[in-house]
Amino acid sequence: MKLDQNKTPLLDALQEFKKMRMVPFDVPGHKRGKGNPLLTDFLGEKCLTVDVNSMKSLDNLCHPISVIKDAEEMAANAFGAKSAFFMVNGTTSGVQAMIMSVCKHGEKIIVPRNVHKSVINALILCGAVPIYVNPKTNDELGISLGMTIDEVHDAILKNPDAKAVYVNNPTYFGVCSDLTSITVMAHKYNLKVLVDEAHGTHFYFGKNLPISAMAAGADMAAVSMHKSGGSLTQSSILLCGPDINPHHVRQIINLTQTTSASYLLMSSLDISRKNLALHGQEIFAKVSEYAEYAREEINQIGDYYAFSRELINGREIFDFDVTKLSINTLSLGLAGIEVYDLLRDEYDIQTEFGDVANMLAYISVGDRRSDIERLIGALSEIRRRFKKDKVALFKTEYINPEVVMTPRDAFYSDCVSLPLDDCSGRICTEFVMCYPPGIPILAPGEMITSQIIEYIRYCKDKGCSMTGPEDMEVERLNVLKEE
Amino acid sequence: MEFWYTEKHTNDVKFSIRVDKQLASIDSEFQRIDVFESPAFGTFLTLDGYMMLTEKDEFIYHEMIVHPAMAVHPNPENILVIGGGDGGALRELAKYPGVKTLDIVEIDKLVVDVCKKWLPQTACGFDDSRVRVFYQDGLKYVRSCIDKYDIIIVDSTDPFGPGEGLFTKEFYGNCFKALKEDGIMVNQHESPFYPKDAEAMQRAHKRITESFGICRVYQAHIPTYPSGHWLFGFASKKYHPVRDLKVRKWKALDLKTHYYNTNLHAGSFALPNYVEEILRNVESEE
Repeated sequence: MKLDQNKTPLLDALQEFKKMRMVPFDVPGHKRGKGNPLLTDFLGEKCLTVDVNSMKSLDNLCHPISVIKDAEEMAANAFGAKSAFFMVNGTTSGVQAMIMSVCKHGEKIIVPRNVHKSVINALILCGAVPIYVNPKTNDELGISLGMTIDEVHDAILKNPDAKAVYVNNPTYFGVCSDLTSITVMAHKYNLKVLVDEAHGTHFYFGKNLPISAMAAGADMAAVSMHKSGGSLTQSSILLCGPDINPHHVRQIINLTQTTSASYLLMSSLDISRKNLALHGQEIFAKVSEYAEYAREEINQIGDYYAFSRELINGREIFDFDVTKLSINTLSLGLAGIEVYDLLRDEYDIQTEFGDVANMLAYISVGDRRSDIERLIGALSEIRRRFKKDKVALFKTEYINPEVVMTPRDAFYSDCVSLPLDDCSGRICTEFVMCYPPGIPILAPGEMITSQIIEYIRYCKDKGCSMTGPEDMEVERLNVLKEE
Repeated sequence: MEFWYTEKHTNDVKFSIRVDKQLASIDSEFQRIDVFESPAFGTFLTLDGYMMLTEKDEFIYHEMIVHPAMAVHPNPENILVIGGGDGGALRELAKYPGVKTLDIVEIDKLVVDVCKKWLPQTACGFDDSRVRVFYQDGLKYVRSCIDKYDIIIVDSTDPFGPGEGLFTKEFYGNCFKALKEDGIMVNQHESPFYPKDAEAMQRAHKRITESFGICRVYQAHIPTYPSGHWLFGFASKKYHPVRDLKVRKWKALDLKTHYYNTNLHAGSFALPNYVEEILRNVESEE
């Protein structure tokens, strides 16, 4: 049954609460901003008056029984899910909740290697064992792709005791797997299907976009409302299908969730959900049009390749999200990260991220046509001013990991710190990744090879922001202590 | 009854003109367009509430954005105007018999329509047969031009609103590319007086110096613009704005101007110390 998506239960409760002019003898201590004029001046009084604590009229995220419950039901309805949870610690918390809801210590989960670090962090927390499916890469573009149905099938046959399949859909660059077929097959073997939809909120509301996780029959999906959905940073929604017990999921969420959830974040979810439900179709038609226009113009500049649906091959690129403006820069003789840096340093244009071969400009409802022109104009100038000969760039981003032990075991093992160049042949106990996108080059429990060290050095040379290791300079790595 | 148009020149300074009546008010895709009739300044046009031009003093702006570059370049034939939907710059350019093509790129067709209806004094510039009008984003238009124009005149609004893209480094770089090897770009360069305007003008100068070898700024006195002290940018690949001024040649054309003359040309590049200093602060050490 379709609910009336004009309603905003949580927003209404906050409006009502403001009218009551309640005297606050509870936290937060800034007391509607009066106790912190500097902060109130910066963020605005309107904002501070609703930065409040859970109370009877505003419900409680840890145990929702009234307006938050209603708002979550509205969200579930809008997304076509059985139940929905407002998340206030980013999609990271949604990812953790999904994995911990279906996997216990020692149980197996099938995951593609190009997962976000939050997935492996969740494995460290719960002790589940990752069975990696190697996503194919496109060597021309240097991007990792989706999972094919055959590879997932193969992984299931080799690991019939696995509890779940984890799917990235879409990837950062917009590549989608055949989610429906993967779901049907996984269910046949009694596996749950968990979908990282951090970059796919718009699939639920736009037309002519790839299929969403709930529509494909997946069991759980984590959607970053704050990305394409327009809510505040750190707010997110976890969706569950009919075969998931929402009360169990809530208990899992409450293991790590704050007991003082921000009403700024939660109301932004309520408001954004209404906006998407009512206007999503036109919003994403406009976003798609912007992205298509930019792609066409950028491809005419020369040397840039803004790729899209032409890559679709029915397998590891089953579908493509046209709202993603992903641009390959290899023919320009520049790494994606170099173009990303030039855009920011020379032209005051901040894009989402750049890696060795590609960059991503995030297009959204907040963009203006004139800003799109600036981006295209700046890319054209970068080509005129900085183009180099197409040199041998380190092409393949994906390096096949050799998993020696589970992330949890490695993470909690005794370790020693070694200079990067001495680490070959040792087992890493920490993460190494470029951030963004935050996809691990090394995860805890994996063998370090000379190829990986060379790749880390290359990323550093190109100016990628490297994160993960204890050593901030990434000149040393923590490796497993040898007996 | 008194009816006044007021523009806030800063949060603490207002500028007002008494109005007889409002002639037009239209919301276009890009901005709000208003036309008023006033006893002191005649008909005037505002965009998003900001003064663009009045019948009484527009000659200063339009002569000064056009003639200095035209008097320096030895043979300006292909000219591009970006913005300038009122037609005033075109009107001045059309006075030169040597000009072969006169292209104008204006993002907002409604501005042109409104000016044709209410401000024929400037919109008459569109009547010249050499004029070709392109209604599109200026940045987009120049992006695909290479080695095409002798002079580009950037007659933009302020750097907030639809004119924003015309104050960016990528735009100036694309103009550089669109100009021939001895081309000149002239731009509306904001004012040095009020801090916010001065900041915008300093930023524009910095970005232009990053693309062009010769970057000078010149001034004019425009009564209806904030502080009345207004600047223009002269960015050039080859010609110096004063040393390469062709005085005799320009005088021989015998053009009728109300503000500009070749003596004033040289003088307009002499700037007050405080303006020199604002500019010098962003010029890179050679």
